[in-house]
Amino acid sequence: MFRDAWLIAGKDLRIEMRSRVGLNQIVPFAVTVLVLFAFALDTDQEALRTYAPGLFWVTVLLAALLAIGRSFAVDLADGAADRLLLSGIDPISVFGGKAAAIAVQLVVLEVLLGAGVVLLFDVTVHRYGLLVCAGLAAAAGVATAGTLYGALVAGLGVRETLLPVLLLPVVAPVLIGATRAFQDAFGVAGAEGWAWLGLLAGFAAIYGVFGALSYGALLEEA
Amino acid sequence: MGEHPCSLSGVVESAVRLRAAVTLLGRFPALAGVDLDITPGEIVLLKGPNGAGKTTLLRLCAGLCALSTGQGWVLGHDLSSERRMVRRRVALLGHRTGLYDDLTVTENVAFWARAAGADPTDVDEALERLSLTGRLADTRVARLSAGQRRRASIASLVVRRPELWLLDEPHAGLDQQTRDTVDALVRGAAAAGATVMLATHELERIAVLEPRVVSVVGGVVRGDDPADSERPDPSSDAEGDRRVS
Repeated sequence: MFRDAWLIAGKDLRIEMRSRVGLNQIVPFAVTVLVLFAFALDTDQEALRTYAPGLFWVTVLLAALLAIGRSFAVDLADGAADRLLLSGIDPISVFGGKAAAIAVQLVVLEVLLGAGVVLLFDVTVHRYGLLVCAGLAAAAGVATAGTLYGALVAGLGVRETLLPVLLLPVVAPVLIGATRAFQDAFGVAGAEGWAWLGLLAGFAAIYGVFGALSYGALLEEA
Repeated sequence: MGEHPCSLSGVVESAVRLRAAVTLLGRFPALAGVDLDITPGEIVLLKGPNGAGKTTLLRLCAGLCALSTGQGWVLGHDLSSERRMVRRRVALLGHRTGLYDDLTVTENVAFWARAAGADPTDVDEALERLSLTGRLADTRVARLSAGQRRRASIASLVVRRPELWLLDEPHAGLDQQTRDTVDALVRGAAAAGATVMLATHELERIAVLEPRVVSVVGGVVRGDDPADSERPDPSSDAEGDRRVS
């Protein structure tokens, strides 16, 4: 099972590195959103610092929609989705592999955007451990929920527009939890960061289990 | 315990057995009650006009389309309840290549070999058989011509060593040399005991394989005689048309 998940994740990541869509389109999109937020609030540097965690995670979620959509688009482009079914790979492995590949991309995006936030919004990190753990847990949560909903809309002609409508409300707890944890890590609010990290980990675990169990049925329908 | 519907004395004697098989695409019956028996090692040509249901029949046998009503077994597995078992043992060459544009030819073939649990050492042999060696092997699929992509797609099937080959217009877009290679692959697969079902409009071309001919018209099988190894008659492919929406 892990061998197959590793195979799927490796394939997806190799495709992303080769195509450079992430580097040339998703990262610039995310940076642009971050800069626009900075333009909108730049008269008030204190407001920028205060809202930096929320702005960061809204940007990550918007960019994640692109990464999730692309993860399924490459399989659908020339019939590879059918071949994945015919390969006999366990759907749990496909789910795990795709979610892992998306999570890795999100973590890379978070690192780049995090540097952007520090530079543009003039924030200081007080708790590195909390920052890293929250970033990883949130990436896992968005990746597992995104993989599940990505498969749900994969077979539909309107998947590009339907995915945000379905997924963004679902990942609202991740946005809230990650924002609170980052507020604590940045020292801009007295949030209980580690408690919010528990929420993020729970969300990722629930969607990881739920996704693994239901992915086979979703692939059949797609 | 009752005898398996595809076997006598425990030996699977039907590679494909369909009884009143109906497959709906939406609400449209793309297959409207197919009865078909194919024995292991046979080469079977599905002929019929566009929209007759040939592609749907191939996809049903691959376990990619659901059996709405009726009964079906492929390689001894029930199409109603064991489609995942069927899929591991068949290979389908469809209209699309099933390849990833941003991976090289070798990476694509190696990926599908590993995904199917095939021997990775067979990758080089498959590439060689389809003349995808040298610089071509390390070229991204996105940069290949349509014919080269088709060859890479066939190579990724060959490497799996399937027990049932399902080929939809296998010669489409190929040059003469590769068409001959495909014919040789089909003959070799059948000689090794695999079963081959192919759908094509190039009836004269396929005649060299001396297939059993099965006519599919309007979602049902007509003119099938398992004992009949008639050579395909190209003129008989112009039967009534029926569109699948």
